[in-house]
Amino acid sequence: MDTAQAPPESLPNRRIGERIIEGVILVAGISTILIVALIFLFLLKEGINAFLDIPLRQLFGDRWYPIEGIYGLMPLLVGTTLVTIGAVIIAVPLGLVAAIYLGEFAPQWLREILKPLIEILAGIPSIVLGFLGWVALAPLIQNAGADTGLTAFTGSLLLAYMSLPTIISISEDALYAVPREYRDGALAIGATQWQTIWRVVLPAARSGLVIAVMLGIGRVIGETMGVLLVTGNAANMPAFGPGMFFNPVRTMTATIAAEMGEVAQGSLHYSVLFGIGLILFLITFVVNWLAARLVGVSGARTKVGGQV
Amino acid sequence: MSRQQTQRLASVLITLTAVLVFVPVIVVIVYLIWQGIGAISWEFLTQPPRNGMTEGGIWPAILGTLILTMGTALVSMPFSIATAIYLAEYAGDNRLTRTIRMAIVNLAGIPSIVYGLFGLGAFVLAAGFGTSILAGSLTLGIMTMPVVISTAEEAINSVPQQFRTVSLSLGASKWQTIWHQVLPHALPGIITGMILGLSRAAGETAPILFTVAAFYVPTLPTSIFDQTMALPYHLYVIATQVPGMPLKIQYGTALVLLLITLTMTLIATVVRTAVRRRRDW
Amino acid sequence: MQPKISLQNVFYTYADETEALRNVSLDVLPNQVFVLFGPSRSGKSTLLRLLNRLSDLTEGARFQGTVLVDGRNIFDRSVDVFDLRRRVSMVFAVPTPLPGSIRDNLTYGLKMAGQRNASLLETRVHRSLEQAGLWDEVKDRLDSSAMALSGGQKQRLCLARSLALEPEVILLDNPTSGLDPISTSVVEETLRELTDQYTIIMVPHSVQQAARIADRAGFLLNGELVEVNDTESIFLHPLDKRTEDYITGRFG
Repeated sequence: MDTAQAPPESLPNRRIGERIIEGVILVAGISTILIVALIFLFLLKEGINAFLDIPLRQLFGDRWYPIEGIYGLMPLLVGTTLVTIGAVIIAVPLGLVAAIYLGEFAPQWLREILKPLIEILAGIPSIVLGFLGWVALAPLIQNAGADTGLTAFTGSLLLAYMSLPTIISISEDALYAVPREYRDGALAIGATQWQTIWRVVLPAARSGLVIAVMLGIGRVIGETMGVLLVTGNAANMPAFGPGMFFNPVRTMTATIAAEMGEVAQGSLHYSVLFGIGLILFLITFVVNWLAARLVGVSGARTKVGGQV
Repeated sequence: MSRQQTQRLASVLITLTAVLVFVPVIVVIVYLIWQGIGAISWEFLTQPPRNGMTEGGIWPAILGTLILTMGTALVSMPFSIATAIYLAEYAGDNRLTRTIRMAIVNLAGIPSIVYGLFGLGAFVLAAGFGTSILAGSLTLGIMTMPVVISTAEEAINSVPQQFRTVSLSLGASKWQTIWHQVLPHALPGIITGMILGLSRAAGETAPILFTVAAFYVPTLPTSIFDQTMALPYHLYVIATQVPGMPLKIQYGTALVLLLITLTMTLIATVVRTAVRRRRDW
Repeated sequence: MQPKISLQNVFYTYADETEALRNVSLDVLPNQVFVLFGPSRSGKSTLLRLLNRLSDLTEGARFQGTVLVDGRNIFDRSVDVFDLRRRVSMVFAVPTPLPGSIRDNLTYGLKMAGQRNASLLETRVHRSLEQAGLWDEVKDRLDSSAMALSGGQKQRLCLARSLALEPEVILLDNPTSGLDPISTSVVEETLRELTDQYTIIMVPHSVQQAARIADRAGFLLNGELVEVNDTESIFLHPLDKRTEDYITGRFG
């Protein structure tokens, strides 16, 4: 035995210190719930008047004309819907095929180049892409024969590329998660590579792919600066038909960004803009909730200790 | 069509589509560099704008973005890491944990402009911070949390379970185990996530529109209650609100912003690979 | 003589309803080498992990019965579990050095217990490495990474890491499982030299190893302690048919 046994530091004190740290950690965890609740409450607090003071018929009317006090949200809902549909039509096939290409066709060396390229695309600020859309892409589209280059389609194109990193990376994970044996089994009975992918791999990865698309949509609906710059910001109802994609529109997000700077705090216009924020919040809430339902938010993890 | 023909057609179409995805990314970057590189000079990077912003540099906007990025880190880092530790090490499989995870998924999905509204309502108005670096950092910090939490949690989970068991078996407490055995090894992963989150925050415009960004301030900020210029907002302003703005300056500003965010992404990637290569377990 | 460790009617059931231990009662005397042998999944590791409450880490398991160390119930609320794990120290089957230097590994447990005295730490490093028969091999590289050691060296480092805590009981869960015959005999030699200072409870690699090392041995089968006796009796004249079948290699 050691004769010079130094007294260890007082253990009870240390235990109390650890309890405090662990308490702080728990509070941090819970605070994420509080933050979501706070965001909702603040949107509600500032935006509730829009829903109380404006008759619903008018609120969902088809004229957005704040100068005259007319706040019909329909043009903005239609604008967001058009841009989103357009972006989905472009991005989903591109994204899924790119994921299939990366996972099944691309040689290893090319994958090493392309995957960082996706990270780079994800890292380009939306204002930079919006700026390029505004100075470079819109003139191209106009030259192609549209009345103006600033259209729903321009926004869709831009947003499609902004959502591609989300769609590609999640789809690729989903494809990658399909067990090797499925493929081998299909190939072994003489299926071609394409048949294997189409008949076996894609169906097996279905739920992951759906999530990829959903989260991509969430990204598109919430995007602001890109669409603010390239969709022309005209809050009118386009005539129904394929041509409507080539009209200027205005989305919900762009409306908030463009008008919040000019409104008086507490005015009805101010409330309506917060009300739009509330609607956006609820839409993304539903989209994420559905996606999470599909993937299953699991709390099950291997843990360290029984003693907390 | 025979199966072989289908196979050939499919692989051609898939390759072509992949080209459609990847080539524009390269084109965009090369085009921006080509158009913007001419504007970049020492003066452009270190001087304030002059003559209605049509001349001079963008230093106040660069500085503002750097300050906001640091503020974002200060807000986001402690909260996110603590939450990640909770989820990875303490949370049981119960209702509370599921609610926290659901909350994080939701935070990740909230549009950036909605964060801007929240920042306006909560920090600028209710808390009385005014349009300020503080309000902007808080807004961006909260927006960044989901990314940092999920990468940090992943990093913590990737520390081998045996290290925890061994540490506990030697009489260490749970917190000592986390502090001495888990966090040091998870740190590179946590830093990677942090930088990725910050690079996103640095490029964001919508959350700072109403919380911090100034069209033009003649002096540099001196306190966290000051407004500041910031690169993304500056780009928006000079592209759309200033008539007669030389295109070269616009491209130059966009390029600087892109380089800042891409450098951060690159650093994150380098940290990740370097550490993976170095560790011996 | 008071047993060092005593189990009384211990039942242990995992969350998936696997019954790992069924009504196990057992006394281990001080300064004995007690060997627990039996087929895999018979509950040996579970029993070891119970003795210093590493079993606490397993979620959803149910435990019933009494475990005494020096006559004191280790599941009593007043017991400091961290102190218990220093007194009853575990060496795992897979040698797992913590990332860091050899010295870091040896001083980790003491430092976590709040021990800051540098000269004491230094003494313990030296002595524990000597005891584990590793001193001569690593004395010149105490500050290099423990991960660079060979398998046998790692296992002796892990043993030394436990010894540095000056425990009263050492639990060894198949400590030679991954080792070559030479490293195995070195570790066995080391263990034999430790017996006069420590109580050792060990799960052996094989029946032969059990016979070589044990003072006393117990045969576990499907969570049931079939037979306990001194080494010579249990291996040469087993009383229970199942023990005999296992020893003579008829199953397991």
